[in-house]
Amino acid sequence: MENLVKKFTSSSLALPLVALVILLLFNAFFVNDFFKIEVMDNGNLYGRPIDILYRASSLIILALGMTFVIATGGIDISVGAVVAISSATCCVMLGGDISGVPHHPFFIAIIASLCVGVLAGIWNGTLVAKFKIQAMVATLILMTAGRGIAQLMTDGQIITVYYKPFAYIGGNIPGIALPTAMIIALLMICLVLFLDKKTSIGLMIQSVGINANAARYAGIKVTAVLFAVYIFSGFCAGTAGLIEGSLIRAADANNAGLNMEMDAILAVTLGGTLMVGGRYYIGGTIIGAITIQTLTTTMYAIGVSSDRLPAVKAVVILMIIVFQSEKFKEMYRNYKLKHQNNGGSKEASNA
Amino acid sequence: MASEKDDYILQMRHIDMFFPGVKALKDVTFNLKKGEIISLMGENGAGKSTLVKVLTGVYHKTNGEITFDGQKIEPTTPLASQEMGISTVYQEVNLCANLSVAENIYIGREPRGALGRIDWHTMQKNASDLLFRELGIDIDVTKELNFYPVAMQQMIAIARAIDTKCKVLILDEPTSSLSDKETERLFKIMRNLKSQGISIIFISHFLEQIYTICDRITVLRDGTYVGEYEIKNLPRIELVSKMMGKEVKEGEIESNVDKSIPRDNIFLETEHVTVPGKVKDLTMDIKSGEVVGFAGLLGSGRSEIAETLFGTLLKTSGNIYIHGTSVSVKTPMDMMKNRIAFCPEDRKVQGIIGDLSVRENIILAMQAKNGMFKHMPRSRQNKLADYYIDLLRIKVSDREQLIKNLSGGNQQKVIIARWLATEPNLLILDEPTRGIDVGTKSEIEALAVSLAKEKGMAVIFISGEMGEMVRTCSRVMVIRDHEKITELNGDEISTAHIMQAIAGDYHGKSC
Repeated sequence: MENLVKKFTSSSLALPLVALVILLLFNAFFVNDFFKIEVMDNGNLYGRPIDILYRASSLIILALGMTFVIATGGIDISVGAVVAISSATCCVMLGGDISGVPHHPFFIAIIASLCVGVLAGIWNGTLVAKFKIQAMVATLILMTAGRGIAQLMTDGQIITVYYKPFAYIGGNIPGIALPTAMIIALLMICLVLFLDKKTSIGLMIQSVGINANAARYAGIKVTAVLFAVYIFSGFCAGTAGLIEGSLIRAADANNAGLNMEMDAILAVTLGGTLMVGGRYYIGGTIIGAITIQTLTTTMYAIGVSSDRLPAVKAVVILMIIVFQSEKFKEMYRNYKLKHQNNGGSKEASNA
Repeated sequence: MASEKDDYILQMRHIDMFFPGVKALKDVTFNLKKGEIISLMGENGAGKSTLVKVLTGVYHKTNGEITFDGQKIEPTTPLASQEMGISTVYQEVNLCANLSVAENIYIGREPRGALGRIDWHTMQKNASDLLFRELGIDIDVTKELNFYPVAMQQMIAIARAIDTKCKVLILDEPTSSLSDKETERLFKIMRNLKSQGISIIFISHFLEQIYTICDRITVLRDGTYVGEYEIKNLPRIELVSKMMGKEVKEGEIESNVDKSIPRDNIFLETEHVTVPGKVKDLTMDIKSGEVVGFAGLLGSGRSEIAETLFGTLLKTSGNIYIHGTSVSVKTPMDMMKNRIAFCPEDRKVQGIIGDLSVRENIILAMQAKNGMFKHMPRSRQNKLADYYIDLLRIKVSDREQLIKNLSGGNQQKVIIARWLATEPNLLILDEPTRGIDVGTKSEIEALAVSLAKEKGMAVIFISGEMGEMVRTCSRVMVIRDHEKITELNGDEISTAHIMQAIAGDYHGKSC
């Protein structure tokens, strides 16, 4: 038992998990029926825990892609804008006919959106891997240009899609109890875990992130690895774009995915992956994303208005990050050690 | 008693240092007198660097006390130690490569002009004066640091350390990248500082240098204190045995290599291979089962030839043949597929992936070669890692230990294991023993020879130490100015001949 506790506390997941549990406990005490899950008349599940996971879905997906990018020592701040492009693509393909008849078949619109995400990834990957532009600068280009591109696609209009099945992605597919977004997020998690456990891509990514030069001397194709992570991040953003678009059943080039890149980066850091690259923690990232969403939901539940939300959120996140920092851990260890020593010397003097 | 205390500028007593799970120093004592040069000796991993880092405040000791200049001190940060008068030049140059030489020397204490503005002119003038006066170097101090070769950067680091008014100067492996002439110059400076009453802690693997310059030696082994000795009372062989903790006979370090040329089985040939500015018109061959040495001065192009063979440098003309067929090389992977392995010169920058475990570092090249979708199951990784840890006697707590926490010698063994795991036909070892203790060094030398003789592997051995070449190689190619000038075979190979060939006075029997 003691071993298990020790194993848990020394594991990289311990802190993010503890933070999340504390948040949930807070909810359990202060929010009525927080953990209650009901089955609605139409068979769909309903309740705050489901709501949190459902709302966190697109963030989880973005953060998964971001984890790999950050592990190589890079960053992709264009994902929010790519979400906008992707959702615009889908809406434009489906068209805004009030009759609800789509211009193109639904599956083609979906594939087109995902392709647009991948295309954005190729663009970023080319700049970072091929032209060796610093990741922040390279992805900044698409971050600023992306919303403009989405505007061009929608002609500056907010296209509202009346085609019914489009709403299934952000809502429920009739007859399936879980929200579709959660299922998509689950599938993405499975894909990433498969890549992590059953292929060596993780080893390659971490090697590149820790010491790209040595990785090259060990025969790793550094350029290809970098290229791959940006493409994957773009693909994730494309997927999240579909969900975000479907949630409001419209292409809103200005607001779709707004500031989501920052939340995604935050989720990754909360999960314990360092911005300098190297070791990454998939589990941590997922917990990080859920923590961020739980926080938002909690604040709404206890009546913090949406304009004050960012300030409260910032304070809580600051606390989590400080507790996780190496320096804080070291201070804690020293404190504990001193405490023990003092205790020890007292006993000795008593004897 | 009082007078004895006056004698010592620095005393460290009962120093303990724990890292998580590891006891790096255990009850270590260290005494330094005013105006003496002392050497800290021990094998890699003995705790020399750790002790220095405790003294300079990089690490914080767990137990023990330090008296400096008559007062008890608790070193907190390197900067604080430096202000007290303890300056350090580390093994790896730790300056900013993309700042100018002058900026590097005066960073953090720039001369100020009116309104606190940095007085660039004075700074540059002071910097070039300092370099010329103390080290006799006349260079352009406005150039970026990485414009200059490593040896020069090292001298600049030393100049920086000397200039901050210090009482104790720590030189951690300062000579490993210096030529004989530069080392001699450094020694002159050290004697000069000593006469000014500055105490110097000199850490080096070169016994020759220790006996030339030092007054006393403190020996550490496995993080414990072995003893303190006057240099004149400690013959070299005894020093080595104290470091290793066993009796060593002079002959053991010298290995008797079979100098016979192996059967004519050419593995690799090059024909007029040229890399502009790096390799000049190289024609040579490497046979299976032989150890070929590349001898030459630092910067002669010996490493560049190795890089060209591995594909990290690309030739612009000429041909490379493997088993008689011409191969095209675009990436290191092309050469790895042709079963060529390369342990690069700079272990820290080109070799280890610091934050990965020993296991991951060992399987890395093999996994890269297999491709990312042919993932080795964990059980197989473990088996492979354990096999090489055992085979090369790598000192680790377990295979999941991070490689950055190993000593230099053990890191080197892990890199060699990484390449042996790919089952190469040609293994290129570029300076495999630099900065490594005597014991590990002879192990690696013996390994190179046995791989060639017993496994029939072709081995290229590159080293700046002639003695090592003589001990291991059955053929030596002498490189000068990026060009192969001659080859020495069998009995011709001797330190004197190699030196003469480098100097251009010896052309070998075969030429």
